[in-house]
Amino acid sequence: MSTDRLLEFDDVVSRYEPVFGLETHVELGTASKMFCGCATTFGAEPNTQTCPVCLALPGALPVANAAAIEATIRIGLALGCRIATWCRFARKNYFYPDIPKGFQTSQYDEPLCTAGHLDVEVDGETYRVEIERVHLEEDTGKNLHVGGATGRIHGADHSLVDFNRAGIPLVEIVTRPVAGVGAKAPEVARAYVAELREILLALGVSEVRMERGNLRCDVNTSLAPTGSLEWGTRTETKNVNSLRSVERSVRYEMRRQAALLDDGERILQETRHFHEDTGSTSAGRSKEEATDYRYFPEPDLVPMAPDTDWVEQLRADLPELPAARRARLREEWGLSDTEMAWLVNAGALGLVSDTVAAGADPADARKWWLGELSRRAKDAGVELGDLAVTPAQVAELTQLVAEGTVNDQLARQVLDGVLAGEGSPRQVVDSRGLAVMGDSDELGAAVDAAIAGAPDVVEKVRGGKTAALGALVGAVMKETRGKADAATVRRMLEERVLGG
Amino acid sequence: MSAELTRLDVTALQAALAGGETSAVEVTRAHLDAIEATDGALNSYLHVDGETALATAAEVDRRRAAGEELGRLAGVPVALKDVVVTDGVPTTSGSRILEGWRPPYDATVAARLKAAGTVLLGKTNMDEFAMGSSTENSAYGPTRNPWDHDRIPGGSSGGSSAAVAGFLAPWAIGTDTGGSIRQPAAVTGLVGHKPTYGSVSRYGLIAFSSSLDQAGPMARTVADAALMHEVIGGHDPRDSTSIDAPAAPYVAAAQQGAQGDLTGTVVGVVRELGGEGHAGGYEPGVLEAFRTGVDQLRALGAEVREVSCPSFDLALAAYYLIAPSEASSNLSRFDGVRYGLRVGDDGSRDLDEVMALTREQGFGPEVKRRIILGTYALSAGYYEAYYGQAQKVRTLIGRDFLTAFGDGVDVLVSPTSPSVAFPIGQRVDDPLAMYAADLCTLPASLAGLPAISVPCGLSEGLPVGLQVMAPALADDRCYRVGAALEAAQDAARGGTFLGQLAARA
Ligand SMILES: [Zn+2]
Repeated sequence: MSTDRLLEFDDVVSRYEPVFGLETHVELGTASKMFCGCATTFGAEPNTQTCPVCLALPGALPVANAAAIEATIRIGLALGCRIATWCRFARKNYFYPDIPKGFQTSQYDEPLCTAGHLDVEVDGETYRVEIERVHLEEDTGKNLHVGGATGRIHGADHSLVDFNRAGIPLVEIVTRPVAGVGAKAPEVARAYVAELREILLALGVSEVRMERGNLRCDVNTSLAPTGSLEWGTRTETKNVNSLRSVERSVRYEMRRQAALLDDGERILQETRHFHEDTGSTSAGRSKEEATDYRYFPEPDLVPMAPDTDWVEQLRADLPELPAARRARLREEWGLSDTEMAWLVNAGALGLVSDTVAAGADPADARKWWLGELSRRAKDAGVELGDLAVTPAQVAELTQLVAEGTVNDQLARQVLDGVLAGEGSPRQVVDSRGLAVMGDSDELGAAVDAAIAGAPDVVEKVRGGKTAALGALVGAVMKETRGKADAATVRRMLEERVLGG
Repeated sequence: MSAELTRLDVTALQAALAGGETSAVEVTRAHLDAIEATDGALNSYLHVDGETALATAAEVDRRRAAGEELGRLAGVPVALKDVVVTDGVPTTSGSRILEGWRPPYDATVAARLKAAGTVLLGKTNMDEFAMGSSTENSAYGPTRNPWDHDRIPGGSSGGSSAAVAGFLAPWAIGTDTGGSIRQPAAVTGLVGHKPTYGSVSRYGLIAFSSSLDQAGPMARTVADAALMHEVIGGHDPRDSTSIDAPAAPYVAAAQQGAQGDLTGTVVGVVRELGGEGHAGGYEPGVLEAFRTGVDQLRALGAEVREVSCPSFDLALAAYYLIAPSEASSNLSRFDGVRYGLRVGDDGSRDLDEVMALTREQGFGPEVKRRIILGTYALSAGYYEAYYGQAQKVRTLIGRDFLTAFGDGVDVLVSPTSPSVAFPIGQRVDDPLAMYAADLCTLPASLAGLPAISVPCGLSEGLPVGLQVMAPALADDRCYRVGAALEAAQDAARGGTFLGQLAARA
């Protein structure tokens, strides 16, 4: 229901230069919360993972989760940041029912990590995104508004609060403004979040499931006339929660702001909401009436002073990062840049790599994941990685094909069985009886039956029209429900029709 | 026997219990009877659960009879300031906003006293959220001073001081943010010790000012205070600011001090706390009693010097920026959403209105004053000028202490409060006059150092306290010097300090 006037994207970039920046919140996958021992299991019954600390009962005190501090430092190291030798938590004060203490414990002017960067690739070009800071804070609870039509607070009868999420460690990664990328801005923004997500996965610090809110982005966008020395006024689009939405939100804001600027209007510095359904943004709170958070150093927590030797050990122990890994695999598998890009974009790199590691030929592994399995995922409306088949099972399937136990058509039926939870590919071959029939008595009988059932075709073949043999092959294949190997059938037919 | 039991100090009570001269039930009942008889006048307790107390005491007696292992304080009654969270026992922090709240957990201090076998008599009155020096800011009415019912018992731990001085508990827990253990102890004739910041866990103390709050003992003797400190002190992994170091042997230090030999101890008298050129606002009788105390320390062999700590003059201003700033944030959790009072939630008001009404009706005027002050001090544009500057003053005060202790001074002394207990109602409309009661106690609070108040005489028939301040983690010096002074005073008087009050009754 947006009534925003939008300029065509090509027009926007022909006359305006965009600048964007991202604040990304990542829920860490620690077993316990940031400041108490409560569990962090997703989807638990409301308010079952709470205690005096995360409910902010009077008198309760926080104690920082060392695993979360370590994870934040590892993220900082992976992004090439400087790690603070001494820093503090700070209180960000504001009232809201989902924030039980009346303040969020966060970091303010003393973040754990500063001054890093992340290189991302779009269409073969590399773009450097500078990282301003990486800091550690806690998540809020979740409000549930009951009785309204929209699930929003407006029009609701009453609200409920679930504090299971309150106090889950949250890392905020803030970029410096990214300028000078022109029309590529939406894609660079998306590629940055995608690459960041890969890094977080490689580090094993978060499940990074965007649909669960493990990773949430606030996207700042501004426009200035091309050649202008000053940047325009920025808007901040809140809670953009998928890669596609990141790209769309930047594109939408560029088009909306350009239309306003064309009309000589002023861009308001404001927060905006993103709407997944329409891809549009709408005005939220304006910064002019913004809260004064009254930050001050958290007196309940002692400062963090990461030991230099420990930090160096963490740096040495970092896993192979996604960019290095991609370069290595591309080399090992002999792929072109484009082929590699397809794999990455399909989210299949890790799956293919694991399949290869389980013994499959890289080309076979790639063919299965990008072909049949991608189709299945798309049909089922799930992510490739969420299919009920493991890389090891796919590797086994490629081996069954390679050794001739099944042909491609049978292999797809084997996959049906695996996805239906009937066991490993070999178990499905056995239980469903899907192995290819060799030159057996059973196949011989089917061949004989086909010859006997089509004397006219046999006559044609014997008369020199060998192409007619295809009809007999088809009849045998139908009779054996695809389990026969077509080449074997053809050879047997030739022997019995012509060779006799 | 009953009246005598309530007059024993804890060391004597322990001996009587261990020797079978009395039972935990008898001791508990004696105190419950005394509360029944006199607390109507004093209003020192906000909550007393006699039944539970007697059941706890009976269990101690049963275990003792069965020869089972007993805690160090088995059968000794105790009172807790109502700022200490107690599992299943109403805890209000003296505020309307927490009326009826029964916590689901124990503060570490409460848990340690429970584990030691104490019998909880009840929760004591206090200035709301520990903000005050007279206990007149309690939402549940003022507490009266056992020495003179028309006067204040000090604050904010005034319920604890009145209960212990009034023989309604042998000792009690107080908390001290800017003097809230020491000043009430001084004006009721008790020993009160504020431990080194981080020496006693803050887990489960309803926070007023996180960087200053400390719980500590309020007792009738230095030895009792040292004993309670040993039981409640020590590292607690639930409090990030808790110091992970073994607790010093405080009782031994008190015993050593009671021998009465301070030879080799250098005592610094702080000029800025009532000394020459800084005596304005100090009552002559207080200064006289203080000088008598210092003379007694000298007579015990101590070397007495005057020491100047110029930054102490700024302590009051710095304190009244830092404490309200932290309080404004700490008290944000009282929003009517999860516990305590909720006002106006009748379906006609939105969330902000309900929160505002709850806080409007739940908090008293002094709490509101400090929330507003603190909110202002932390606001963008004012932060550096107020909160930032106050933190710098805090650093300077710490340096003054370091300089003094670095110059060979073992302990610093001053009057605990510039005046004796003032009449109820005298300062309620003058916050600055009220704040002046904390003049002498604030420096040690801001520097996180240990400080004890020990009785050093009477002025116009009312108790005066002498404060002994020591370096961080040297709480044992407070107990040693405090016990020496106490012994000298008792000897000169020919009886205990509180014996004078008991004699009047
Ligand atoms: Zn918790």
